Amino acid sequence: MRIAEHPIIDSYQKGRKVKFTFDGQEMEGFEGEPIAAALRAAGVMIHRYTQKRHEPRGIFCAIGRCTDCVMVVDGRPNIRTCMTPLKEGMRVETQYGVQSERGEGQ
Amino acid sequence: MAEYLDRSKDIGPYVPQEDDDRIVCRCEEITKGEIRQAVHMGLWTMTEVKRMLRCGMGLCQGQTCTKNIKRIIAAELQVSPAQLEEPTVRPPVRPVEMGVFGNEVESL
Amino acid sequence: MKRYDLIVIGAGPAGLSAAIEAAKCGMQVGVFDENARPGGQLFKQIHKFFGSKEHKAKIRGFQIGYELLEEAKKWQVDVHLNAVVMGIYEPLRITVTEEDYITSYAGDNIVIATGASENMVPYDGWTLPGVIGAGAAQTLMNLHGVLPGKRVLMVGSGNVGLVVSFQLLQAGCEVAAVIDAAPRIGGYGVHAAKVARTGVPFYLSHTIVKAEGNGKVEKVTIAQVDDHWQVVKGTEKELEVDTICMAVGLSPMSQLARLAGCQMKENGGLVPVCDAYGQTSLEGVFAAGDVAGIEEASSAMIGGKIAALGAAKRSGFLTEAEAEEKYKAYQASLMQLRRGMFSHENKGRTDLVKTDEGYPLSMSLLQKGYLDDAEVEQFPGVGTKKYIGIHPVIECTQNIPCNPCQDACHFGCIQVGNEITALPQVVQGSHCTNCGLCVASCSGQAIFLVDESSEPGFATITIPYEFLPLPQSGDKGMALDRGGAPLCEAEVVRVRTSPAFDHTALLTMRVPQEMSQKARFFRRREVVQ
Repeated sequence: MRIAEHPIIDSYQKGRKVKFTFDGQEMEGFEGEPIAAALRAAGVMIHRYTQKRHEPRGIFCAIGRCTDCVMVVDGRPNIRTCMTPLKEGMRVETQYGVQSERGEGQ
Repeated sequence: MAEYLDRSKDIGPYVPQEDDDRIVCRCEEITKGEIRQAVHMGLWTMTEVKRMLRCGMGLCQGQTCTKNIKRIIAAELQVSPAQLEEPTVRPPVRPVEMGVFGNEVESL
Repeated sequence: MKRYDLIVIGAGPAGLSAAIEAAKCGMQVGVFDENARPGGQLFKQIHKFFGSKEHKAKIRGFQIGYELLEEAKKWQVDVHLNAVVMGIYEPLRITVTEEDYITSYAGDNIVIATGASENMVPYDGWTLPGVIGAGAAQTLMNLHGVLPGKRVLMVGSGNVGLVVSFQLLQAGCEVAAVIDAAPRIGGYGVHAAKVARTGVPFYLSHTIVKAEGNGKVEKVTIAQVDDHWQVVKGTEKELEVDTICMAVGLSPMSQLARLAGCQMKENGGLVPVCDAYGQTSLEGVFAAGDVAGIEEASSAMIGGKIAALGAAKRSGFLTEAEAEEKYKAYQASLMQLRRGMFSHENKGRTDLVKTDEGYPLSMSLLQKGYLDDAEVEQFPGVGTKKYIGIHPVIECTQNIPCNPCQDACHFGCIQVGNEITALPQVVQGSHCTNCGLCVASCSGQAIFLVDESSEPGFATITIPYEFLPLPQSGDKGMALDRGGAPLCEAEVVRVRTSPAFDHTALLTMRVPQEMSQKARFFRRREVVQ
């Protein structure tokens, strides 16, 4: 959810509105904001499932340290979505282990 | 600071704990129990434990878990965490793709 | 290879301050930061800073950030963004990833100002989406305008936990509780008090047992801990939350210093051993800010300047004498911030029972987050019985380095004195004009204007108010006490905003006279539960 009005912050630096896809589903966000911010605003919590235990993970540190929020972006895996700016037409996919498709047991 | 540990010390047997199944290293999904067992196998330094289990060797390079791993090993060895030496830091300190790693601009 | 007189790693408060100071000395400076925006964590700090005027007190963190950027530009500091320093292979050479390339830069000096990373404690369910760092919450809501969640549990009552809890409330989240395993609130009492008065409960000596939910956090179980940090069975409490925010301390991010080969020591994590100017064991390699030891942004900025002086002196941009003179001034300013009951040497102490002046510390404030009605009267900023007409009530009861209230009052009503950590006192016989500047200037939101004589049977109380929607004059609702419990009917009689108040609105409410020393927050009727 986005903050409509804030008592202290007059405005947020935002680019233009752009469209991207999350697992094929069309979504909207602002150009230049981290992919993770656009996803959270759209209510997406799960960014990936882990390799061994197949457990869901999402945003954790949001500043590029923990790498928990990595996803497959435009076909490239392990992209830190909290650090990577959103662009028009980006293809963002849930990451399973280190790939964009469910493997055996996932 | 880090001290040499007396490896002849008796730390007793490995006794399972309730929270052994809890993840400590988030990237490599290494549990507290695995780390504790490694200590009881004779791996008494953070470097040894890391080499066997890969804890702290995932994408984040131990950013989140190093302190917690240190605490678990120290508790198992019955020493203070400050007595344990942290594993060697190696570049790159942030994840870098191999393609980029090999793409060095010639320095004059 | 491109070279600089000084390379600064990290464009946070310490790094930018170092760069500006060095550039002012005539050095050619390059700053490298892995983020898309400079400023480090400063742009997420939307609260007014503590300290004195020279420390930029009462200015909000992000505005200090803009000032630093402006100055860096003016002094032609070369700021490289999205530039990840991934290694230091030789002491005075850095290797940087920029876009898809790796480039090396040489510096005659290097200031490592890489800041800190957040500590985390594992518990069952801590990997679930919805468990986030306090920094992540700040990043989402204050930088990107996205709510981290709807209902949040804050873990940690240090200043980070308290400040972020308040910011969550400002952004429109509900804070279910603030918990801490320690028996005392770790951060400033004033930060706790402004959260508590909105109705957020504090659970001290409490820990998380587990977080649960289907694919995301839906529920959390907390429980009391004993003196050995063990969970006391039977004290478990379940809270329905969608977000758990972790604020359990910071560790210096000193990997680059270790990589360079600096001698390290333990200080809340490994930090490089530094001399007075912040120079590490390696000639020309300096460290400043949190990476040299966790403090806060104000000290980090001074630390950065001092390191720059060291580098300028080393490379001949300043003479020994010039450097020494500036150093002394900065050091004095730094020492001011390092005083009081939250100073480094007092960190984690639980045996403090009195203020420097000898007033007993409020245990209620330390354990519940707010002052007990009975305790308030004794403090030098309160003592209201002595006054007729409108007067400030300053509920500032701990020795923290801060004095903007003294400068705010042009009529000499408020006195802190030369000792910046002294408790402010209301000067007897002084005349309050109801200008409200003290209320708005108090970074801890601990000043209220009380008038018991405005109207028979009633009193007016002016409170700082930083929430939306802003109540209007005539609005009716409840006055809440310091702990956030509904106290009595209240009516808003005036709401003041002004550029001079910098987004802190001054809300004046009318309450029954006997509530003048109890009512400290207002809640509009429709949201009273």
